[in-house]
Amino acid sequence: MDNRRPPRTVSDPKVRQVGFVTPGAAPPARYLSEAPTAAAASSPPSGDTAPPAISTSPVMIPPPRHSPSAPLAVPNPSRRDSLQIQVGGYNPPEVLLESPPLTSPSSRMDDAVSQFSEDPSISPCNGRSEAAKVASSFPGSSGEMMVMKAGIVGGGSNTPKSSWTTASVAKTRPGISEKERGAVVGMQNDGAGVSKTLKEKTTKAERRALQEAQRSAKAAAKESGAGVKLSAAPGGAVPANTKQGKVVKPPAQKKDGPQVANPSVSSEKKVVDRPPEKDRKKDVPPPRMQFDDIHRVEKAKRRAVVYQFEAKNRVELFRHLPQYIHGTQLPDLETKFFQLDPMHPSVYKVGLQYLSGNISGGNARCIAMLLAFREAIRDYSTPPEKALVRDLTAKISSYVSFLIECRPLSISMGNAIRFLKNRIAKLPDTMPESEVKSSLQSDIDRFINEKIVIADKVIIRHAVTKIRDGDVLLTYGLSCVVEMLLVYAHEVGKQFRVVIVDSRPKLEGQVLLHRLVAKGINCTYTHVNAISYIMHEVTLVFLGAASVLSNGTVYSRVGTACVAMVANAFRVPVLICCEAYKFHERVQLDSICSNELGDPDVISKVPGRKDLNHLDNRADIENLQLLNLTYDATPSDFVSMIITDYGMLPPSSVPVIVREYRRENLWI
Amino acid sequence: MWGRSASFLLDKRLRDQHPSLSSPSSSSPDSTMDPNPNPNHGVSAYYQTRAEHHAIVSSDWLAQAQAAVDREDDTALMERPHASAAVSLSASKPFSVIDEFNYWRKKPDLAEAVAAIMALAAVIRSCEATTMMELEIELKKASDTLKSWDTTSISLSAGCDLFMRYVTRTSAVEYEDFHAAKLRLIERGEKFGEISMKARRTIAMLGQDFVFDGCTILVHGFSRVVLEVLKLAASNRKLFRIFCTEGRPDKTGLRLSKELAALGVPVKLLIDSAVAYAMDEVDMVFVGADGVVESGGIINMMGTYQTALVAHSMNKPVYVAAESYKFARLYPLDQKDLEPALHPIDFGVPIPSGVEVETSARDYTPPQYLTLLFTDLGVLTPSVVSDELIQLYL
Repeated sequence: MDNRRPPRTVSDPKVRQVGFVTPGAAPPARYLSEAPTAAAASSPPSGDTAPPAISTSPVMIPPPRHSPSAPLAVPNPSRRDSLQIQVGGYNPPEVLLESPPLTSPSSRMDDAVSQFSEDPSISPCNGRSEAAKVASSFPGSSGEMMVMKAGIVGGGSNTPKSSWTTASVAKTRPGISEKERGAVVGMQNDGAGVSKTLKEKTTKAERRALQEAQRSAKAAAKESGAGVKLSAAPGGAVPANTKQGKVVKPPAQKKDGPQVANPSVSSEKKVVDRPPEKDRKKDVPPPRMQFDDIHRVEKAKRRAVVYQFEAKNRVELFRHLPQYIHGTQLPDLETKFFQLDPMHPSVYKVGLQYLSGNISGGNARCIAMLLAFREAIRDYSTPPEKALVRDLTAKISSYVSFLIECRPLSISMGNAIRFLKNRIAKLPDTMPESEVKSSLQSDIDRFINEKIVIADKVIIRHAVTKIRDGDVLLTYGLSCVVEMLLVYAHEVGKQFRVVIVDSRPKLEGQVLLHRLVAKGINCTYTHVNAISYIMHEVTLVFLGAASVLSNGTVYSRVGTACVAMVANAFRVPVLICCEAYKFHERVQLDSICSNELGDPDVISKVPGRKDLNHLDNRADIENLQLLNLTYDATPSDFVSMIITDYGMLPPSSVPVIVREYRRENLWI
Repeated sequence: MWGRSASFLLDKRLRDQHPSLSSPSSSSPDSTMDPNPNPNHGVSAYYQTRAEHHAIVSSDWLAQAQAAVDREDDTALMERPHASAAVSLSASKPFSVIDEFNYWRKKPDLAEAVAAIMALAAVIRSCEATTMMELEIELKKASDTLKSWDTTSISLSAGCDLFMRYVTRTSAVEYEDFHAAKLRLIERGEKFGEISMKARRTIAMLGQDFVFDGCTILVHGFSRVVLEVLKLAASNRKLFRIFCTEGRPDKTGLRLSKELAALGVPVKLLIDSAVAYAMDEVDMVFVGADGVVESGGIINMMGTYQTALVAHSMNKPVYVAAESYKFARLYPLDQKDLEPALHPIDFGVPIPSGVEVETSARDYTPPQYLTLLFTDLGVLTPSVVSDELIQLYL
């Protein structure tokens, strides 16, 4: 053997590091940054810097904390510092004292601060500087912290939630906040501004106390109502509960007077925004309400507009998802139609349509929502003493939380909301209101047109190139893009046959079948039970999607995963048609952690089959749980191609699109 | 491992005796004076590229090629010593992108796509347009002409597309002055041409790291990039041996084995159907590519797919060497989803009447059977191809 040579390297060539740099400039740089790992996402070579703050929150974006007047706050850093010192000082005792069910102290503090800095009622006019706002809001927030502590320490009861919302604690508040204020004033020796903030503070603190009292009263009423509900049958409890809620609510608002009524509502709404706000701060995954968290559910219920009854026999694995008895919300909501003044009628209408299931499908729901928002923006006028950007964002947030109560948001809607809020946040301060409104409306129109209507057309153009004469195309359920594609391919003159696979309980495929047959397309209709039989003759599978997640997982109507899996087993290519605005940066591995539960009744009852009545009294059966999932997650292994408005991509390229799309969104 | 074959030891001795054989041969590809002996050196590039893409090398073609070379080789090269000649030429007669393309294509070591890129760069230079729009339209027309010249060539159309993207993506709008913008375009065009020219050498330097001492490499099809990688590895005094598939019907394996044998690398020829038989001994599979598609899969000479399948089932890495100008915005779902590049097959005996012959010349290898792609952008996993394409086209 030749001893000049080094011994044979044992390292596998696959994992061996290539330490080579070419003298040429551009290619090696790209190589170094992107080639070794597929994590090109972390190193955008073109130097794009997507502002991380705005875009991290996935489903809905909270109002920006102080984007419009940020430049104003800059010249005054010392006050910020003082604020932060204060926060730091308050955190440790909090950590010690706080009971586990409450949210973490730092986030709570953030929320409090952000909530107050956002609260439009504090800023006397839109001309006030940010620094003043922070200063004025500060004592109030710290006062709240104190109240919380006092409640927890003094109460020490098993229900921390109620302990700090009692009226007695609320009464002690002003005193504490007074002390706090003293401290703060001492800290920032700002002569001119202090007197003003002082005056505001008193009124503010009083108002807070008032609200606190109302809230506790309401909670007490609700709790008593809940007790009734538990004992009584659901049907009987409806009127009693709603009546109680209503009785408590209106007088409470009247007491505040016209000007205070609005802030109380908006602050209630803003609570909904807390999780995203906090999450954005901490950079943790999406703020989804976990419905097995009793305290948060209680809280959410207290501010809910729609009264919903929880289902009794909930499936253990899916307790974190909202499960309500279907059909109970609608009549309740209908009766409230004329009482919900903060809700715009068009939003209200859309919410009812979601609730009743009249509008379904990602695109349809998104378009309906955007059009409703558009109308709401058209009718919007900034209340006196409020900044348009903040008030409008709060308004939109309240609409969104209402819609969530009607039906959980789809990811498409979440992205659209994020777009809209981004647009609002980016509005220049100086723009007159009429201009703002028209520009927002045109933005919404543009979003619908570009991201949905035209995107669908582009997808169809791409997808039709994959259809060859003699193909047998299989589709599952009803996807509007796939429907348009099939119709278009037929119009273009392609010779093909369609297999429509359907499943109970929605039987959406029949709608598609009806429309396609009317167009003269050759169709076969079958249920998902026969999928393995029918797959033999299929050459291509076209599926729609509710969302495509960044690991390539396709989130779609339940049953899609099954169809894709069988197709993959039969080596039939699976093509997913999905607009890029539905892409989401979340990663999901199963269908459990995030899903939507449908009405269990529809799977227990078969319409038209009176003899199948074995489950008629299922509510009484303790050990029976029915699960009606709405979505499922298809692993990317089963997907051959994703067709979007950006072209045909492998599932592994979804993160690239998410990145590009987000950047583009910020540009718009 | 490498002691397994007697021929291998023999070769080592041979190489020690003749160190000149393993002298560094990585000359710059744009110099026409390439030291490596090319068997078809005298052949006109036209026939060479035809042979590349339609995979036809027959004796009569070679004879024709020889004749063609004798006739026009000198004149063509004399007439246009460098691209700058194109400008003076345009004064005398109307500029034709095909002429320019043919001129570049005749360079022995230049791929068709690079020739197209150089031709397009020349189009910008000689363009007499006065507005940006005009220039862009003219460039588009030229690129379409080139693409229609050979519709089955993936690398040609991909090269044209990439050039268009790369050159016109520059925000020319920000230049007030048209001439400044044009100069910028020319600069970018030339830069792209330069990158493309250097691509093969870059890939060779990246790829040769994966060749370790004593490994056995299976090569399917004749690819100049793969040859370059192997050449560089050999010149770096690595000891390895090559299994060459025969590469029916045009016997590309014979050509490759000839070149490698000239370098002193031990080569064994296999018939195409012996791939699975030989795979046990193989450490890695090297292939070139006609085109790299958006899924990260490749389109290459017929037989690549089955080679990759066999290698995958035996857990052997499959490496693809391909220049980035071969990245095409195609997404075939299966084998039939390609535009077929047909060529007749000579079976040596008459085909019985009524018997069909599959004459497709290339197949599609899905990305899950490929391990890595050596490109001038770096060593990429198949999924990165799509990322690169998206970044370029969106």
